[in-house]
Parts: sequence; structure tokens; C-alpha cells
Amino acid sequence: MESQIILLIFILILSIFLGVELITKVPSTLHTPLMSGANAISGITLVGAILSSGSSEIVTITLGTAAVFFASINVVGGYLVTNRMLGMFKKK
Amino acid sequence: MDITILVNLSYIAASILFIAGLKMLGSPDTARRGNAFSSSGMLLAVLITLLDQNIVDYRYIAGALVAGSVVGYFAATKVKMTSMPEMVAIFNGFGGIASLLVGSAEYVSGTFDNPAFLGAIFVTVLIGGITFTGSIVAYGKLSEIISGRPFLYKGQQFVNGLIVLSILLVGANMLFIQGFISAEQTLMLLLALAFLLGILFVIPIGGADMPVVIALLNSFSGLAACAAGFVILNNVLIVAGALVGASGLILTNIMCKAMNRSLANVLFSGFGAVTETSSDSSQEQGEVKPITAQDAYLILEAASSVLIVPGYGMAVAQAQHAVRELGELLEANGAEVKYAIHPVAGRMPGHMNVLLAEANVSYDELVEPDDVNPIMETVDVCMVIGANDVVNPDAKDNESSPIYGMPIIEVDNSKTVFVLKRSMASGFAGIQNPLFFKPNTRMLFGDAKETVSTLVSEFKA
Repeated sequence: MESQIILLIFILILSIFLGVELITKVPSTLHTPLMSGANAISGITLVGAILSSGSSEIVTITLGTAAVFFASINVVGGYLVTNRMLGMFKKK
Repeated sequence: MDITILVNLSYIAASILFIAGLKMLGSPDTARRGNAFSSSGMLLAVLITLLDQNIVDYRYIAGALVAGSVVGYFAATKVKMTSMPEMVAIFNGFGGIASLLVGSAEYVSGTFDNPAFLGAIFVTVLIGGITFTGSIVAYGKLSEIISGRPFLYKGQQFVNGLIVLSILLVGANMLFIQGFISAEQTLMLLLALAFLLGILFVIPIGGADMPVVIALLNSFSGLAACAAGFVILNNVLIVAGALVGASGLILTNIMCKAMNRSLANVLFSGFGAVTETSSDSSQEQGEVKPITAQDAYLILEAASSVLIVPGYGMAVAQAQHAVRELGELLEANGAEVKYAIHPVAGRMPGHMNVLLAEANVSYDELVEPDDVNPIMETVDVCMVIGANDVVNPDAKDNESSPIYGMPIIEVDNSKTVFVLKRSMASGFAGIQNPLFFKPNTRMLFGDAKETVSTLVSEFKA
């Protein structure tokens, strides 16, 4: 159990450094789509929500189902609105 | 093949798609494809999770997925581009509450007593709660359901300190003591405190500082997902959450730098609430010279280079399409037209860029302050449309000004400045702007959209 957590912390640290490297290069023109696109990615919590929602206990199901609802708004809305915005960025 | 291996391999693939997608968001040419990459990573992660053998009942999952997707679809397709800041704010909030609910669900199912898990649940619920109510307040301020003015009261820091202390005590009970109050009571108390802290954290912050708040809440929504990943020991949540957390923090940092202020100053100072003292001597700074749109047209017609500096006022007046039309007419008239965009113009990072993109302005015409400031003397006309603090010369000349040191677009160095403004009322931060009294400044009073439309019709006549 402890070794698993250490491994996850290791993944966390590397991901943060990777995130910093990736985002520093984004030009300010794209900051809004970057934010809404990143926000859609944070809807990954949907994965956790699905697992909770599929449990057999009523309280867990209730909380999990609510989480699925909010996370899927976040994911679907976030990606679509980002796509809509990016479609407008054009060069002559 | 063992199903867990398949699931984990898919999570690795999803992580790669997220990373590649974010990388492609770095250039306008590839950004749209990047978003498609990222969303297919999400689709893969969700589909493979549905194969999990511990799921006993799919009805609720399916119902919530469909309902959430429908809401998300309509929100994303119906929202106006001018309402994008509040849209991003509320989506951040939904991400936060989802992570909070995942953490809570794991807590009430009560299968572990390991302090590491409980700590992860504590952090998930705390950050998720702050993100949720903080985002709701930000949404309210941005959509002007509640006042966008900074809200300060006596003993604010003391109250906040008290809440933080209580949260730490609840956390100690949750992790180590267990039993001082019941698990349900602990969770309820933590929820209440996190929600309260979220509200109190955003409510003192003024509308002009919203770009920082939105970027920070964006980061929080990622960190909450990341913490939830530690609760359910899921690597894809940790990778994706950390990427978003890092991205939000970098944006926050860029916004703070663009205002020459520390994050602590933005969060705790209630900027603009107490600047009444600086306005007493301002009326003697000189004379304001109003100009009619007809006279402005004559100057613009003769100009060979025009720099347009948009701000939040352009968004409020929905003037972006009229501005683009004017820009095209000026170009047809032989002038070189550029749009100078300050990083904190508007209410979220990149706000002006999105509005101008919506109006079909080519993105290579958008420039940053550092690009235009060195050549400002050669610019014939600067048109300041609904921007105020980001062109305030006090930022470089007046050491006693609250915005002293903030990098600005130095429009006052150009040959002529047109300021499009509704009235002489001071800007959002409540700071007087000496730009309006400069000898080379002309004021075009009125609604920005109407003024620009009048200029457009003058050109067409």
C-alpha cells in the first residue's frame, strides 16, 4: 500500500514538471482556450465518479451519481466550448 | 488478458493523449486538433472505466452521464463569447464539486483507516469545496448577479484565520483522533467550512482582478481531481489533475506579473476598495478634450498606422464586430492596423483575444505590450476602447499610485490617443487616469459600439 502511494507521488511530481514545461510555451492569444481545455481535462474526476456511482451502497451511489452529473457537464461542455472558440482563431 | 492490465494500458494512452493535446494547444494552427486529442483521451478513459468489474449497476451512471452531457452541450453551444469568463468560472466549479463528491463517497463507504487515504480525502473535499463556492461567487461577480466591487469588512483576516484553524482541527480529528465527533459530523463540518472559505476567499476580490481568480480556481479544479486520484489510487486522475493544476498556476503567475503584484496582494488587499484618497487632486491635472466622431474620422482617415487597445469596456458594449469592421476599413484606406492586448485586459486570461477572434480578426494582428511599446512614437493614432488601468501612465510615472510598476501599453507616447469611454467616471479600480488629461488625448464619449459604428459609417459615406 505504502509503495503504491510513493509511486503515485512520483507520478504526481513528474506530471507537475511536465505541465509547467507544456504550458509555459502557450502564447497569450490562446490563454482562454487553454484554460477551458485544461478545465475539461480536470473533469477526469468523472472516472472516479463512475466507480463510486457503480457501487452497491445507496449513499455512495447517490454521491457518485451526482459527481458523474457534474463531471460530465464539465467534460462535455468544456471540450465543446474550447472547440467552438478555437474554430474562431483564424489567420488571413 | 487480465482486465486490470487493459484498463491501466488505456489510462497510459489517455495520459499521452492529454499531454499531446496540451502541447498542441501551444500554437493556433494545431490547437483545435490538440483539443480533439485531449477529448479522445477522455473518451477512452471513461469507456474503459465502464468495464470495471466492481460496477454493479449501470442505470444511475448512464442517467447522470446523459443528463450531464446534455446540460454541457447546451451550455457550450448557446453561450455568448462575451459571457465566456463566467462560463469558465462555473465549469471550474462543477469540476470542483465532482471531485468533492468522489472524495465524500469514498469517505462514507468507510473502508479505510489509513491516514494517507484519509488525508487525501481531506484535501479533495477541502479543495473541491473551495473551488465550488469560490467559482459560484466568481460566476456571480462576472455575470453581475452580485456586485463586482471588492467587499471588505473589519476583521476579515481574523475570520479567515479562524476558519483555517477550524479546518485544521477537523482535519486532525479526521486523520488521527477519530471519534471526537462521528465520521458523518466530521464530513459535514469540513464541507461547511470549505464552502465558507471558498465564498470568503473570492468575495473581497474586485472584478478587475478576476483574471487571477479564474486562473487560480482553474488550478484548484485540477488539484482537486489530482487529490481524488490519491483517494481512489488512480494514476490517470493524478496525471491529468497535476497537468491542469500546473497550467492554472502558471496562468495565475503570468496574470500577477502583468499587474506587478504578488498573489497574496491580489487575494487579500481588496484592491480598489480604498483608493478614495488619491482622487482629490486629480481634477486639476488638466483639461479633458472631447472630440466628435466626425472629427475623429478626419484624423483616422489621415493616419498611416493605427493601434487598437481593447479592454473590458469593449466586451460590455459588444463592440468587437464593429471594431473589426473599422479595422478593415482603415486597412483598405492604407493604414497599418494592429491590436495591442494587455494580458489582464478583460475578466479572464485571453479574454480580448477570444472576442476579436469571434469577430474574425486575424490572430497575427494581435500584439503584446512588449512588441508595441518600443515603436509607440511611430504610431499615428491609438484607439483605447473600454480599457483604463492597462493604459494608465501613473503606472510608470507616479510612485504613489496603487498601480505603480504595472507594465502598461504606453499609448501616451503615440502621436494621438482616442479614448472611447462612456463618461468621466473613474475606472473599475477607482483610480484616476492622467491619460485623459494629456495634450495628445481626445475623448470620444458614448457607448463604444455606437461610436465605432459612427466611425464606420463615416468611412463608408
